Amino acid sequence: MSRFIIQRLFGMLVTLFFVSIMVFTIMELPPGDYADRYAFRKYSGTGINVTESDIQNIRVEFGLDRPAPARYLSWIGGILTDFDFGQSFAFETSVNRVVGERLVLTLALLYATLILTYAISIPIAIYAAVRRHSAVDYGLTIMSYLGLALPNFLLALILLYISVTVFGSSVGGLFSPDYVDAPWSFAKVGDMLLHLIVPSLVLAWSATALQLQTVRATMLDELNKLSVTAARARGLPEWKLLLKYPARLAINPVVSTIGFDVNRIFSELPIVALVLSLPELGELLIQSYLDLDMYVAGAILMMLTFFIVFMNFLSDVLLAVLDPRIKLEGG
Amino acid sequence: MTDAATPTVNGALPHNDAKALKYYTASQWQLVWWRFKRHHTAMAGALFLLAMALAGLFADFIAPYSTTTRDRDYIMGPPQMPMAWDSHGFSLRPFIHGVTTKRDPVTLRKIATIDPDKREYLEFFMRGEAYTLFGLIPSNIHLFGVPSGHIHLFGTDELGRDVFSRTLFATGTSLSIGVLGVMTAFVLALIIGGTAGYFAGWIDYGVQRVTEIVRVVPVIPLYMGLAAAFPREWSNIQVYFAMTMIFGLVGWPTLARRVRSHLLAQRGEDYVLAAELSGARPARIIGKHLLPSFTSYIIVDLVISFPYMILSETALSFIGLGLRPPSVSWGIMLQDAQNIRAIEQAPWFFIPAGFVVLAVLAFTLLGDGLRDAADPYSVNK
Repeated sequence: MSRFIIQRLFGMLVTLFFVSIMVFTIMELPPGDYADRYAFRKYSGTGINVTESDIQNIRVEFGLDRPAPARYLSWIGGILTDFDFGQSFAFETSVNRVVGERLVLTLALLYATLILTYAISIPIAIYAAVRRHSAVDYGLTIMSYLGLALPNFLLALILLYISVTVFGSSVGGLFSPDYVDAPWSFAKVGDMLLHLIVPSLVLAWSATALQLQTVRATMLDELNKLSVTAARARGLPEWKLLLKYPARLAINPVVSTIGFDVNRIFSELPIVALVLSLPELGELLIQSYLDLDMYVAGAILMMLTFFIVFMNFLSDVLLAVLDPRIKLEGG
Repeated sequence: MTDAATPTVNGALPHNDAKALKYYTASQWQLVWWRFKRHHTAMAGALFLLAMALAGLFADFIAPYSTTTRDRDYIMGPPQMPMAWDSHGFSLRPFIHGVTTKRDPVTLRKIATIDPDKREYLEFFMRGEAYTLFGLIPSNIHLFGVPSGHIHLFGTDELGRDVFSRTLFATGTSLSIGVLGVMTAFVLALIIGGTAGYFAGWIDYGVQRVTEIVRVVPVIPLYMGLAAAFPREWSNIQVYFAMTMIFGLVGWPTLARRVRSHLLAQRGEDYVLAAELSGARPARIIGKHLLPSFTSYIIVDLVISFPYMILSETALSFIGLGLRPPSVSWGIMLQDAQNIRAIEQAPWFFIPAGFVVLAVLAFTLLGDGLRDAADPYSVNK
């Protein structure tokens, strides 16, 4: 088992290394470089005449005159040794400070969404599979089609519209106005948890739709297995045999796709965050792309991917623990 | 492979010999078609998509106005539905109520009000704004219109542009980006997945690693990063093609995986060995012998990947990193609905969202039906 974990950890590092190269490439893609944009942002409208040599000075100051591989090394080196993601020029401070609190909120949102997804999809799907062709079962089918067809950000827009027209208040934001600038306290955390419900429901929307279908399909397969018939023949109570055989196995595909769900949630996060104006990483990511504040964008992309890779790793280990049939070598 | 001895027509025994003969001699594609026809929801999805594609293709003709025509008398006006009767009685020719503009006595601003006593009758094949269909055929005939004033089936936006016309043009743009994106991804997937699956070994290993990396990064943030790099001075055409390129570049790994697994499963078959012994080159073996054996599955994969492309385009344009005005796509139209104030006053800005949802739903239903029909030799459950 420990060998398996070390192997997976190593694989995770290799993936992260290649991802970091890709992220760095994306950071370098926009035309013009950091120095140009920095100079433009800082001096435009001030009346100061910026010459080419001034820009060259900024370039040297930030080490932008060096070739790309050297810049990559100093970027990744900074992250690895000091956890320093560089400078944001739009906010004129370090990326860490810009990202800071938003990272915590993003993770809170992620875990709230994951918990909601599984808490809704697993019991309902199991029930629907056992009571096939019941109202719940048909409802599940309709819901899962809708969940795939109605993108999360449209659902968010619709909820926003309903909340404004019917309830006269907005569901946007993560804090009540009183708490936005307040220091952290239990009351603030409670307030945040209340505000997390709508965004995490919106984010859980399509992931739930997918998981409902997967769990239901696995349950239906498992219910026809001989092990279930044998257990029934032995006179095991129905609920006990359901939990012992099919339900236990129906969890496996869910566990193995945790990383995929995290990916999906992070993929939809920026746009949902924009619509619901949530102060977290996705919204900042869009803003930094629009401003071409590429160090911030790169840092966020790296962090999101890190959590996806990490959750992938976690799901591999969890699956190996849950399902002894999994081969521990290779992969 | 073709297990013709199975005496089942889609799970039921053939009733008589003529029918059985027809079944046994049918080509694979005929079997696929027969089975597909039985999926009514999938057929409905296919027909709906066809209608949408035609509407987008002939948007110039169907839409009464162009995407930029402004009706200054009817800004943010609600949808006008053609009626057959009103308080003045019944009319065989559908009509809408005309608009009269008055000046607000206090602010002196012009206000448009629907005048229930004024009827504007619809005319079909009416001459209106000039356009060139497909950039080739100059014409000025529109499917419908009203001789005086304007007709806005879906209302107007903040600039007084007709939402119905814009939605039609947007349908064309969004669907075509989806098609081009899927095609680009498909060609890449075929080349890369084909190489990996056929040669296996280290090429396969390398391709697998690349696939893994692209799959681990969240898709829409990745698209956004690539789209953010488009120079501001690019023309709309350039952005349009660049968008299809990045959809292809990011979309291929999933398809390549499928192509690869199909190839890996088939390459050990005897007919491949026979072709190899006859001296056929790898490109010929892949293209001529292997691909046809799983074309139907590939079509299913293509159909299933459509919705993702369409949703990605909508999402990108929605946040302002994709297509830019004056292009119109569903995402660009939905930008108007981003503002709470706007959607509160003009819920008809949501209409393009309905198109997105219906298109994705239709693709999903079609994909489900095709998936079942793709393997006509399997027994129905």
